[in-house]
Amino acid sequence: MLRHIIRRIISLIPVFFGVTFISFFILHLSPGDPAELMAGVEASQEDIDAIRKQYGLDKPLLVQYGVYIKNVMHGDMGVSLRTQRPVITEVWARYPATLELATVSVVVASIIGLLMGIIAASHQNSIFDYGSMVVALFSISMPIFWLGLMLMLFFSVYLGWFPAVGRGGISHLVLPAISLGTQSAAVIARMTRSSLLEVIRQDYVQTARAKGLSERVVVYKHAVRNALIPVITVMGMQFGYLLSGSVLTESVFAWPGVGRLMVQSIYARDYPVVQAAILLVAVNFVLVNLLVDLLYGYINPRVRVE
Amino acid sequence: MRNSKNKGESLLRIAASQLLKNKGAVFGGVIVFVFIVSAVFAPFIAPYDPLDSNLEDALQGHSLKHWLGTDEQGRDILSRIIYGSRMSLSIGVIAVLISNAFGVLLGLVAGYVGGKTDNVIMRIMDILMAFPGMLLALAIVSALGPGIFNLMIAIGTYSIPIFARVVRGSVLTVREMEYVESARAIGQSHFLIVLKHILPNCVGPILVLSTLRIATAILTGAGLSFLGLGPQPPAPEWGAMLSSGRTYLRIAPWVATYPGLAIMFVVMGFNVFGDGLRDALDPRLKT
Repeated sequence: MLRHIIRRIISLIPVFFGVTFISFFILHLSPGDPAELMAGVEASQEDIDAIRKQYGLDKPLLVQYGVYIKNVMHGDMGVSLRTQRPVITEVWARYPATLELATVSVVVASIIGLLMGIIAASHQNSIFDYGSMVVALFSISMPIFWLGLMLMLFFSVYLGWFPAVGRGGISHLVLPAISLGTQSAAVIARMTRSSLLEVIRQDYVQTARAKGLSERVVVYKHAVRNALIPVITVMGMQFGYLLSGSVLTESVFAWPGVGRLMVQSIYARDYPVVQAAILLVAVNFVLVNLLVDLLYGYINPRVRVE
Repeated sequence: MRNSKNKGESLLRIAASQLLKNKGAVFGGVIVFVFIVSAVFAPFIAPYDPLDSNLEDALQGHSLKHWLGTDEQGRDILSRIIYGSRMSLSIGVIAVLISNAFGVLLGLVAGYVGGKTDNVIMRIMDILMAFPGMLLALAIVSALGPGIFNLMIAIGTYSIPIFARVVRGSVLTVREMEYVESARAIGQSHFLIVLKHILPNCVGPILVLSTLRIATAILTGAGLSFLGLGPQPPAPEWGAMLSSGRTYLRIAPWVATYPGLAIMFVVMGFNVFGDGLRDALDPRLKT
């Protein structure tokens, strides 16, 4: 297991460099001089020159990348052009809100997805099966920002049950979490269904049935446990996607997370914040995927051997 | 030669008949066809000009004059949705063509050449895949600036590694086939081997993946337009229409509702049709 962990962590080194490389190049892809962009429209030539020197923008691109990596390692990602506060402080301040929303969403999605998938598989070709899969198809196809607006319309505007925007208690979390988690619930439901259908046909499940065990015990005690192995991977991956995919949901519900900060910073051309937010979310995504991989190796020993 | 052509034709016929037997695929195909027809014949179908504003008719509900109501500028929502299908379909199709152009080429080179070239290409693809699609698209479009072409480039880029992987996988299987070895033995150039023997065998998976990725591209494109990073107003783009409609959600919910339904149905159409196509052409991809 230790060798598996070490191998996976080593394999992340090029990925980490790639992620930093892409976030570094965002500033250089933008039209115009990066130093001028960072200095803002009202900056004098001296200010621009100072920034160029401070961030090594007068040096060759590869050297600049080296300086960028060094700065990132020291937690220095520049200063926000809008607030003049350190970028890292700005982004970290928003992180708990994003983490909270993604965590609640993945929990909701997992519960609903698992239930839908189990019901569909254990009643294959019944109305429950078709019904669950049609709901899953609709969920996968609908834009999450539209679903967010529709939820807001019915549950906030018409019924007044939940607040429409902002972050506060649990009531503020309900609509954004459902909106963000719906697509993941559908993915988990589909995966649970196909995985369970595969396991249900295995010999040991037939044996359990032949022993005279009730269908309930056969499904929940014998089949679901094994069927869950690939589903757990999907859940973990969905968590990674939710952490990064909350950009739209956060914008709809004015949720003060990293995604909304990213969008606001794009509007304001606050590139250092955009860079840092993208880097943070991407590194997060990579780390969550690593954890999922390791968890998968732990619960499924065959992966370790391979 | 004639036999192999006939065999090719009959395989195509088998796939087509399987596709037609699949009710879901037919349903998806019909939805996609309806949207394609409305995109192509928009000027003949749409009752009004999508940019024609009339403030006297602003935010009107359903009526015989305006079936789906009007927006804040008094523009006919149905007409804007019909014209909007042009934009959404072009974003989806062109983005996927961009992914295809690069992804297929990289996958072919990686799979056929193998060794270090394969290793380098696939590690770069791994890095691109380490980025969640939406985030990568957002990063690119934030750097290039808003607009329909930048949006297509941004969305097209994030699917490149997916195409490269699938094509590479197919090439690895086909590369070892006897007929490829025979072509090599008679001294055919690598370029011709790839073009005549390897690429045609990858067409199935590429077609299936393209159909499914068009759905994702339309959804992502609408999302980025919703954030104001796609086509700019007054262009009739569904995501942008939804975005402007959210301001009037309380007093005129239809402004935001119908463009969302249009996105959902076209995405569903491509998803279901793509699933059917996969079952007919390449059942292995199902896993």
